[in-house]
Amino acid sequence: MGWLFAVALGLHRGSRAAVLHALVPIGLGHALSVVIVAAAVILLGSVIDGPALNRVAGAALMLWAIYHVLRGRRHRVRVGMRAGFAGLLLWSFLVASAHGAGLMLVPALIPLCLSGPAGALSSGSLPVALGAVGLHTAATLLVTCVIALAVYEWIGLAFLRRGWVDLDRLWVFALAGAGIWLLAG
Amino acid sequence: MATWTPDPTFYPSPRLAARAPAEKFAYVASFAPERKRKDVLAVVDVDPRSPSYAQIVGKVDMSRPGDELHHFGWNACSSCLCPNAPHPHVERRYLVVPGLRSSRIHIVDTKPDPKRPRVVKVIEPDEIADRAGYTRPHTVHCGPEGIYVSALGNADGKGPGGVFLMDHETFEVRGRWEVDRGPQEFAYDMWWHLGYDTVVTSEWGTPDMFEEGLVPELLLGSKYGRKLHFWDLHKRRHLQEIDFGKEHQLIFELRPAHDPTKAYGFVNCVISLEDLSSSIWVWYRDGEQWAVKKVVSIPAEPADPDLLPPALKDFKACPPLVTDIDLSVDDKFLYVSCWGTGDFLQYDVSDPFAPKLTGKLRIGGIVSRETHPKAKGKLNGGPQMVEVSRDGRRIYFTNSLYGAIDPQFYTGGLEGWMVKVDADPEGGMALDPEFFVAWPKGHLPHQVRLEGGDASSDSYCYP
Repeated sequence: MGWLFAVALGLHRGSRAAVLHALVPIGLGHALSVVIVAAAVILLGSVIDGPALNRVAGAALMLWAIYHVLRGRRHRVRVGMRAGFAGLLLWSFLVASAHGAGLMLVPALIPLCLSGPAGALSSGSLPVALGAVGLHTAATLLVTCVIALAVYEWIGLAFLRRGWVDLDRLWVFALAGAGIWLLAG
Repeated sequence: MATWTPDPTFYPSPRLAARAPAEKFAYVASFAPERKRKDVLAVVDVDPRSPSYAQIVGKVDMSRPGDELHHFGWNACSSCLCPNAPHPHVERRYLVVPGLRSSRIHIVDTKPDPKRPRVVKVIEPDEIADRAGYTRPHTVHCGPEGIYVSALGNADGKGPGGVFLMDHETFEVRGRWEVDRGPQEFAYDMWWHLGYDTVVTSEWGTPDMFEEGLVPELLLGSKYGRKLHFWDLHKRRHLQEIDFGKEHQLIFELRPAHDPTKAYGFVNCVISLEDLSSSIWVWYRDGEQWAVKKVVSIPAEPADPDLLPPALKDFKACPPLVTDIDLSVDDKFLYVSCWGTGDFLQYDVSDPFAPKLTGKLRIGGIVSRETHPKAKGKLNGGPQMVEVSRDGRRIYFTNSLYGAIDPQFYTGGLEGWMVKVDADPEGGMALDPEFFVAWPKGHLPHQVRLEGGDASSDSYCYP
């Protein structure tokens, strides 16, 4: 929902530039969250073998889905509407982490970076992982930017009243689905 | 309980909320001053096309007598659309109804039939005292972290009062809100500027200072509340207090601008010890600090001592006693209840520092006892809790202030009523001659909440 925060800040400050400025820390916070999870997976992959890693990552995704069902709607609010660069970065990092954005990339990262028995990192797995994270971040940022500008410039806020479907509930299914795929695979 | 698309009563901005459809029902807190019967939440039909227009068409009993229903609020509102803390798929469905005297909170479900609300949960005083350390719950606001409730007493019924949080779906008491209360001791109302991450709280006193009525020695000694407090909404820390000065007593209702980019709001001071006047103040951002300025002063009216209650005879004047104010959703008009004189005033506050009086009417009043076209004879009590519809065209108010204080100013006690005013969007207003609800004997009406939200229920994150 980074685009919405950016739109709100743009409306508060009455400027399209504020929308775009807000997207920088929002993109970075998201990337940071994803990098930490990706690094953890690669490290873990260097000490345990492929099937075990799949099971661990699959279980983590399932647990995250369960957490969302039970507690997902109860987050302490730490960042307000006066958020600056650091505040937005923190907010984006917390939201991405809470949603398990990094975990969702694991099913893609494992075949890309890790193959064979424990310890056998495929050659150049770090650059590949960084490339994957970079691509993911760029794509996320682009989509966020397009939605933010479209809502700010043309669509307007009234859209939220009907168009804001409960993506969090769909996200639970996505998390659980990815978890099952890893566990079964 | 959750829905796939946002609750249709949530609006991102006050501009969009002002286009909301007209309300068909009003919920009114109704308490039994004798405390022998149970208090009720009454449902009043406010649809002019309905055959039961201006009648009580439903009610729900609280669980036991003695609650003293006063203020109440919705479990969720437009602030659920805020980008930093979104909960867009929670339903606005439950009314959170505190008993100011009992410290019990009833959760009332307004669905599926808004005319037949039901009590679905009772939170006992012990639970609130154990988990939050507070009693005497008062103002209820839906906000970024759930339901915020101001409370006038601590667990022992003394000071400091404060604010606690409740979950907006399970109604579990989550605990005390403040991390650092600084010098704050008295509590009363609380609201915020979502666009400035700032909470504002006002002051009445601790329960021992009001539960038997206003204490003249405390009032004349300027011992009741006279300060505003400003807090960081998310760090939950006290930032600043502003003392209105020794002459000003009872700083009550907080009405911040609905537009989240505007950093100002209005608050009423009930009485000045110098001349019995009431005043309206604006608080505003002044550099990195908050500041206040008196923008309206409403004088007392000379009166025949024979017509005044004992406490006022020596003064030979009737104080206006501004006990409630309400700001329209477009931040254009401020409505002011003068519970003492019976005046109800409309100010154009487009320029918050220079309010212009644009409408005035009188009903009830300590001396005037002005009637209503539909009422039988003189009326007692005066304009009190006031609520403005989202489009700003309809205003409702009731006449009781507080069980123990009503007879101090209206000797012999009150007979309850509720009326409606039609407002002109360009300024000016008139009583709706068809709308007079003579309140059932044995109960008195207090706060009004409108179906789908009203001017004092919702806050917004987008301009």
